[in-house]
Order: sequence, then C-alpha cells, then structure tokens
Amino acid sequence: MPGFLKRDPLDFLFSLITAVASLSVIVLIGGILYVLVSESSLSIKKFGILQFILSTEWDPVREVFGAASTLFGTLVTTVLSLLFAVPVAVGIAIFITEIAPNPLKGPIGTAVELLAAIPSIIYGMWGLFTLAPIMANYIEPALQSTVGRMPIVGRLFEGTPMGIDLLTASVILSIMIIPFTASIARDAFNLTPSIVKESAYAVGATKWEVIKDVVLPYSKLGVFGGVVLSLGRALGETMAVAFVLGNKHQITGSLLDAAATITVSLANEFTEADSDIYLSSLYYLALILFLLSFVTLAISKLFLLKAERRYSR
Amino acid sequence: MKRILSLVFVIVVLFSVGFVYAAETLNGAGATFPYPVYSAWAYEYYKQTGVRLNYQSIGSGGGVRQIINRTVDFGASDAPLKPERLQKEKLLQFPTVIGGVVLIVNIPKVKPAELRLDAEAVCKIFLGQINTWDDKKIKELNPSIKLPNKKVTVIHRSDGSGTTAIFTTYLSDACAAWKEKVGAGKAVKWPVGIGAKGNEGVANYVKRVKYSIGYVEFAYAKQNRLTYTLLKNPAGNFVEPKFETFQDAAASGSFDPDKHFYLWLTNAPGKKAWPISGATFILLAKEKRDSNIKTVRFFDWAFKNGDEIAERLIYVPLPEPLKEKVRGYWRRYGIY
Repeated sequence: MPGFLKRDPLDFLFSLITAVASLSVIVLIGGILYVLVSESSLSIKKFGILQFILSTEWDPVREVFGAASTLFGTLVTTVLSLLFAVPVAVGIAIFITEIAPNPLKGPIGTAVELLAAIPSIIYGMWGLFTLAPIMANYIEPALQSTVGRMPIVGRLFEGTPMGIDLLTASVILSIMIIPFTASIARDAFNLTPSIVKESAYAVGATKWEVIKDVVLPYSKLGVFGGVVLSLGRALGETMAVAFVLGNKHQITGSLLDAAATITVSLANEFTEADSDIYLSSLYYLALILFLLSFVTLAISKLFLLKAERRYSR
Repeated sequence: MKRILSLVFVIVVLFSVGFVYAAETLNGAGATFPYPVYSAWAYEYYKQTGVRLNYQSIGSGGGVRQIINRTVDFGASDAPLKPERLQKEKLLQFPTVIGGVVLIVNIPKVKPAELRLDAEAVCKIFLGQINTWDDKKIKELNPSIKLPNKKVTVIHRSDGSGTTAIFTTYLSDACAAWKEKVGAGKAVKWPVGIGAKGNEGVANYVKRVKYSIGYVEFAYAKQNRLTYTLLKNPAGNFVEPKFETFQDAAASGSFDPDKHFYLWLTNAPGKKAWPISGATFILLAKEKRDSNIKTVRFFDWAFKNGDEIAERLIYVPLPEPLKEKVRGYWRRYGIY
C-alpha cells in the first residue's frame, strides 16, 4: 500500500481507473443479485423456499407456481448435453494436440472455435427449422425401433416423436458447448510436459497408451474444470433451446417429451407476465439459476486453480 | 461476460432514449401484435406533422407496467384491463384496432375455409376429449368431407401471448369444462398438445405435422396462406375469418365507455361475427393531460387517415360508430 502512494500521480490515476473498473463489476453483480432478491421477495414470501423448489405446479391462471419442473428440465438438458459433448470435445482435443499433422492443427482448431462464435439465436432457429424435423422424422423413430424396444431404457423413448423435446434441446446444447470444452481440454493437454510424453514413446508405448496413461491422467483436472465451465454455459443457455423445448412445465420420464428449463420459461413468459406474483415467481426462477450458475462456476474455478498449482510445482 | 455486455447495451439504449426525448416525440411501449400498424401510422404521421412516435414492442405485460410506473406517454395492451384496475392505477383505456385468432389445420386434401368447427368441438379437441379427426362430433359438422381416422395433434403457443389470451377467453366463454379445468390467460396449463414459440412456431409445426391443429393471429394466417377453418358463431352461422366478419364482431360487441371499453370480443352476437376476435388497447395516465392530448391527436389522425394502412397490413379498423364512441370518451376526460 505505501508503494502505491509513492508512485507518480499519473501512475496513481491509472491504477485508480483500473481499480474502479474492476470494482464496478463486483458492484454490478451485487446489484443484479439485489434486484433478483427484491423482485422475487413476493413469491418467496408466498411459496417459501423448499415448497417452491419442490412444487411441480406452474399455473399462471390460478397463480400457483413452483420450480421443480423447470429445475428438472434444466438439469436433464444440461446433463444430457454434457454426455453428448464431452466425449466429442475430448476427442477433438486429443486429435488436435496429439494426432493431427501440424498443417491440420490450425484449421481444425479455428473451425471448432468458430462454432463458439455463432450467436445462440441462430442455433435456435436452425434447431427449429432443420434439426427438429430431422430428429422427428429420422433419428427419433430410429431410436424408438432400436433402443426403444429394450425393457427399461425403452421408457426413455416413449411417445410420438415431434422434434420439440428434451433430446433435441440437448443435442443443440451439446453442439454449443463442444468448442468450450474442446479448447479448455486442448490447453490442459498441452500442459503435459513433452519430456514425459517423449519418455513414454521412448520405452515403446503406442499413441493410445501415451494418451491413456500419460496425457489424460496429467490433465484430468484441467479437463474437468473445462467440463464444469461448459456446464455453467449449458445451464444459462436460452435462445438455442427456447424454440425446441416446448416450454411445458412437466416432469417427464421420456426424452421425447416437451419440457421447460428455467431460461426457456423466462424467455417465453417474461414479456407477457402481467400479475405481480407471476412476475415475481419468474424472478425467483432467475434467482435460483443465478445461484446455481454461481456455484458451478465457483467449483470449476477451484478445480482449475488446483490443477494449475499441481502443474506449476 | 454475456451478462456484462447486455448491461452495457441497456445503459447505452437508455442514454440514447434520453437524447431522442429532446425532439417532439411520443413514447409508447407494449403489445407486439399492433406494432406493425402503429409504426406504419407513425411513419405517415411524422411525414405530415413532424411528430415522432417511438413505440417499443416489449409485450403487453411490459406496456402495462411501464404506464403504471409512468415511464412512457402511453402503454399498449392486447388484453383490456378491468375497470377496477384502471381506477386503482389511475389509467384511461381505449381500443385502436381489431384482431383475431383463427384455427389452422393440416389435414391432407382439406382446403382453407373448408373444415367446419363449433365451440364445443374446438373445446373438446383442446381438452383432449376428441382424439381423432373422424370423431362423431366433427363428422356431424362436416358431412361432405371425408375425414381420416388419424390422431389429432394439438399445437399451442409456448410463450405468453395476447393471442393465447383471446383464444382461451373464447374457450372459457363457450365451454364450461374449459373454464373449470384450464381457464383463460396469456399462458395457461395446457391439458394436451405441444408448445411452439410465436405465431411462426405454431404455423411451422402445423405445416409440418400431419393431422395437427393450432391457432394463430389472423394476419399471420392470411399472409402465409394457412389452412384456416370456419367456425360457428353464437348466432348459429358458420363464418369465415375476414375483414367483414371481424368488423361485424366489433360492431355488435358492447363496448362501453363507462367501463373504459373493457370487453373481450369473443362470441360476439352479430350475425356474421367471427367468434374469436379482440381489440387491442391503449392505456393513458389520467393526470398527464398534455401528453395525453398529443397521444389522442395521433390516434384521432389514425382513425381518420389510417384505415387503409391498417387494412393493407391486415388489421381490422374499428367500425365508424365505435370510433365515435372513443372520441366521446376522450372528450369526457378533456383530452380531445
């Protein structure tokens, strides 16, 4: 602190500006949290905390609201999209770092990162007009006639395939989060010291063995951090799924059923929510999502920090 | 990052609104449904008078909140506010144009304006009690059409909307079972069917899914040449959705200035009246006399000169007697 004061005025001013810039972010987050809490206070008072989270009722006409169905949709789409995305993303990262010949690395890496640059509303429209019909006409009937026939797993694929459902939404989400996971996984793989890899090759290990026994164990924490980061992204994604999920507040056993996530409900219902308690309940959903994303991001940061510390040693 | 960016954007927008305020400008916000006609009127009005209209189509719910908070000169809502609510918030309310909802179907070989339905059939379809197109009830209404033994797929809106409000008001009005089980509102708990976002979402799904039925805004159905149905109105006639039938609904509806025109124009008694119609409304803050006079001047201009523009955009202008009633209402509150 004393060194801070001793500097010349211009330098001090510069430091001050940067400090104000960073502090304003914290003030903003505090402000957002404050607004969310104060706007949802009406609903918190009326429905409580545990009852709101556990209630599946969502009836704007009778003004009874609960978050269970939207939380269900949020968690299912997020988990499913991670299931689809993580293997592909890790595969991409391995290919780029270890397998691809040098001239290919650049173009593929850029192409994957370009996926992240596509605005989510475009994914949404593409999902509604292109992916949903493909899912409804080809993929979902095919799933029904194969895995759908199996005893327990079959329940996941019941119903008429319409393309507006949990499965389609998860597929779109997974395409959206692949670039995030892939680029973080790639960075994590690159952290593996080449001496260790080269030693493994020197003792006669194959590429598969090197990746399996050297690269992956070395970078698993980093990859995990990337996965949690994409989880945060999947939790908050709105426009890509708003069109293809149907916004139906229900808890369903079938992946071919419409559902709702917190973000989808907000996007669909916020503009026309006319009663105070309706609006307040939507704010309440937003507050829950805010806390959920906050916690997942905090966890991911923690893991990344741990990983970094281990490698720097 | 996304959150921060959008916040910055909001702040920039707020500032720019502040600058626009300097010129003579009317600020309005609300319903998305009349946005095209309001902006077309505003364009002509600006050319003739130099007064700008800045209308933000943020949704009816937002429009109502903004006028209650007095942040705009007028609010716009597709759903009329009840007289008690207007009283409480010290607001005035009047209708501007008529719109309506039509049912669209996708049954191979069935053409627009061919399938006949009545309130009971529509209600049972949307309650899930009529499952197939060759149901006895539908067959009775359509003796001349060969209806297939196929499952009916119901498509409804997934987002909150004035279209849904008008449609569910019609169902609640015409059918006790609906009123009891579901009720009317901008978003309801649908017993059956799948949700699609926006008129375009519903239209897209009805086009794609064979043997489906959905409801969309009249203008949207007309512009996109969708297969709409005929409906039986309370007078007992099967009517086609078109300007005439909407105007007849508006003319036969009992809009009452004493109730601030609070009326759902569903099941209007007119002989040719389309049963699922509705007006869209403007809300004014009672005490802001100066800005109200300016707003009323704009809408009076639109009543006199805007019918053609409205019809070109497939909005139904108010019938002349109703316009006079609205003018009387303005006079009563000293803003005309």
